[in-house]
Amino acid sequence: MAAVVEKADTPPRVEEPPKQPAPASRARSAGRGMVVGAVLLVWLVLFAVLRGKQTLTLAAADLTDLHRWFNDVNDSVGANRNSNPLFLYFFNEIRLVIDTLVTFVQELISQPPAGRPVPQIGWLGVVGIAGYLSWAVGNWRVALLAVAGFTFLGLQGLWQESMDTLALTVSAVLVALLFAIPLGVWAGLSDRCNRIVTPLLDFMQTMPTFVYLAPLTLFFLIGGASATIATVIYAAPPAIRITAHAIRSVPETTVEAADSLGATRRQSLLKVLLPMSKRTVVMGVNQTIMAALAMVTIAALIDAPGLGKTVVQALQSLDVGTAFNAGLSIVVMAIVLDRVTTAASARVEEARRSANRFLQWRRPLLGAGAAVTAVLVYMSHTYLWAAEFPGDGGVGSSVASAADTATTWVQDNLSGVTNAVRDTLTNGLLNPFQTLLTDSPWWLVGAVLVALGAVLGGRRSGITTAVCVGLLVGTGMWSDAMTTMASTVAATVLVMLLGVVFGVWMGRSALVDRVLRPSLDAAQVMPPFVYLVPFLALFGATRFTAIVAAVVYAAPVAMKIIADGVRNVPATTVEAATSAGCNTWQIITKVQLPMARGALTLATNQGLIYVLSMVVVGGLVGAGALGYDVVAGFSQGQLFGKGLAAGLAIVLLGVMFDRITQAAARRTGA
Amino acid sequence: MARQARQWRVGAAGVAVLGLTLTACGGAKVGDSSSAAGGSGSSGKCGTFNLAVNPWVGYQVDAAVVAYVAENDLHCKVTQKDLKEEIAWQGFGTGEVDAVLENWGHDDLKKKYITQQKTAVEAGQTGNKGIIGWFVPPWLVKAHPDITDWKNLNKYASKFKTSESGGKGQLLDGDPSYVTNDEALVKNLKLDFKVVYAGSETALIQAYRKAEKDKEWVIGYFYEPQWFLSEVPLVKVNLPEYKDGCDADLEKVACDYPVYDLDKIVSAKFAKSGSPAYDLVKKFNWTNDDQNVVAKYIAVDKMTPEAAAKKWVEANRDKVEAWIK
Repeated sequence: MAAVVEKADTPPRVEEPPKQPAPASRARSAGRGMVVGAVLLVWLVLFAVLRGKQTLTLAAADLTDLHRWFNDVNDSVGANRNSNPLFLYFFNEIRLVIDTLVTFVQELISQPPAGRPVPQIGWLGVVGIAGYLSWAVGNWRVALLAVAGFTFLGLQGLWQESMDTLALTVSAVLVALLFAIPLGVWAGLSDRCNRIVTPLLDFMQTMPTFVYLAPLTLFFLIGGASATIATVIYAAPPAIRITAHAIRSVPETTVEAADSLGATRRQSLLKVLLPMSKRTVVMGVNQTIMAALAMVTIAALIDAPGLGKTVVQALQSLDVGTAFNAGLSIVVMAIVLDRVTTAASARVEEARRSANRFLQWRRPLLGAGAAVTAVLVYMSHTYLWAAEFPGDGGVGSSVASAADTATTWVQDNLSGVTNAVRDTLTNGLLNPFQTLLTDSPWWLVGAVLVALGAVLGGRRSGITTAVCVGLLVGTGMWSDAMTTMASTVAATVLVMLLGVVFGVWMGRSALVDRVLRPSLDAAQVMPPFVYLVPFLALFGATRFTAIVAAVVYAAPVAMKIIADGVRNVPATTVEAATSAGCNTWQIITKVQLPMARGALTLATNQGLIYVLSMVVVGGLVGAGALGYDVVAGFSQGQLFGKGLAAGLAIVLLGVMFDRITQAAARRTGA
Repeated sequence: MARQARQWRVGAAGVAVLGLTLTACGGAKVGDSSSAAGGSGSSGKCGTFNLAVNPWVGYQVDAAVVAYVAENDLHCKVTQKDLKEEIAWQGFGTGEVDAVLENWGHDDLKKKYITQQKTAVEAGQTGNKGIIGWFVPPWLVKAHPDITDWKNLNKYASKFKTSESGGKGQLLDGDPSYVTNDEALVKNLKLDFKVVYAGSETALIQAYRKAEKDKEWVIGYFYEPQWFLSEVPLVKVNLPEYKDGCDADLEKVACDYPVYDLDKIVSAKFAKSGSPAYDLVKKFNWTNDDQNVVAKYIAVDKMTPEAAAKKWVEANRDKVEAWIK
């Protein structure tokens, strides 16, 4: 569901860890290990005594008062929609503005406007613009990639669907940046603003979209506006966070120098802070685009046109091939947009540093390129062959049938092995752990969580954990939350195992990195259901399938972050270890991994958050618990309140994990 | 200044050269052919017809056929909107949805939108019978014919055990869109089963497909009409017979699900509009077999919904005539 191609070199929210002298820290961490062990031991003993008491279970159809109250609020909003001035003068106006924007972009590239059989700009024009822009903001290599990628979309027979998706993504990203960059700058300048905004952003990113999709269509009606706003809610936070981070990372001495030269606040913002953080801000734009593309299939549920619809419809009849073909289009588009924005941020950096000797040629070349593009656009506006993509999408049908063949082969040949793996892991690890969480009294699990939070992250994270535990009980979803937590922790352990193995491999070899990276990107933006259909055949509708889905989605982030951490270990240190006679295994375990400790904790943090964002998808393939509650709340009116409460519980779990791991990361130091 | 001028000259030359070469090869111009085709689109009184399409193949089939008839016989401009049920009903009030073609019970929605908000009205039955219940794969019935009686389920409970069912038999519940009484049923019929939530129709179908192929033990919640039954003809397990009111108290329910007469719902505004599309929706009526045929065209033969609808309409002109009389 959520896809953010995390760029490890700009971690969004890691504050500079306080440096601690190494020996003291080692002694302290050994002590912490003892305390954690003791806490777990006490838990096990008390569990044996108190098993099955005060577990706060709630049957699938049962509601609490809070859930009913959410229902009532939702109903009364719906009933008063046409008379409420808030709707008439506020939401309706917003909808109108955004609808106009979306329709404008759509008529430009994807939907025929009134009086024309085809959009204003045909495929040739769009390919031309994509190539030209990529070259202008990036370099010729990404321009070639963009042209090839966009042409491939047409060859797949999905030109119009792709353009619908692109139109929606472009509109959503525009709206998101309009708010995100000023807000990010503000949060970067003011600590108070940052403190207020951060929990809000956590909320926007971890609250499952399914929860607010139905109310959104009540506020902004069915159509482009609702789809855009749903996307903006999910896609804006990364840009806000990274912009704030960028502003904060400008060296203080530089700002002081500007101040001492008599620059006003405004001048120092416009002439110093913004230009110096430009590169990182562009990375924020990149993250926003990726997040927006991750919403494509979800937005399809409220009639957003595009590739998401193709995926959703194909899966109704379990047509994996067609769904994969459309999913591949999303991946191609994501990779093109990712590489172009990454190249753009590198160019910003280069341009700031050096005057290229080709610079004098650049301007006339840009002018000529613009002229060529203009001609292409004109032609695609005028001639039918340049407006409608030629051919019958033959590539698409071969992709689809190849995917079908591969899926069938996997299902026929691997299912014996996979069942054994599933049963061993589920019965040996997951079931006991889940029982421990769900069958202990709630106050015992709560106390253990608070104790762990306090030991690992310090007093403040202990307090945060206590608040989260209290609110979790308040949502009435305690038991389901514990079930979900068990699977989440199991998935995160697997993510970290894979992350360390592949991360180290990628970090040590540039070749491996280059080969693996595109598949990691693909795993992050491919709509989960496309690969979940074969997984369902392999593992059945079980919690294990949900865990595998979460691992597929979250492991790439962990791998990228760890690879980056390993690569950042100074080469001189590794050389010194080699000359001291260390073998490869020793270098990895004694030098590279310990020195990448900061990256490891960041990877755990991001891995957990990404796993949590797959909870709802897990609910669709047999995980039950919170994920299923959210989905059921989206589908059945009388369960809306319960779904909302389950969504809140997911947010609370996310905040709790995030604060503990971040505080722990600060303590261990880098 | 001089450099800028040079730049312009380069640009202008580029435009001229490219323009000349490319216009020379030419081709059909946009708008050339549209004047001929434009005539049929702008005909009279039907106007725009907003049709909700809920996300399952059976519904898609209804929508495709109705849309095909509305466009080709009544010359309406049909806008199909892909929406989940709850959102589609919400659309009646906001004026964005005119009709829902296949409603499965949903008394909660009827109460909210027909009785309370008065934004929707009923428009008669589709003729399709919706059957909900517990189904097993056909191989299981062949091997153990007595399994279709619920009284024998406990005998086989241990065979249905999985990693998810905590030592009991697994009853696989599926799509969260439908109301299920299964937890109460298991409790009240004293069955040694645990309800496990698969969470989506996709997950359920995969489970049954694999069960039939590999001879695995699966029992779960399913329904017809559904395209998958033409691929694997699942067999329904008989629960204690449904009698009026036996499901009144959901805590104590111990009988089978009722047979739903699937019906059509339209927005109150659309019902009063006098649009010929409304009459079509109201008269639209066919059998489970009709729907299954078209569903098979789409799901198994991979035809587009439009092509499938066209094929059926052309073969069943007499039925269609009755809808548009």
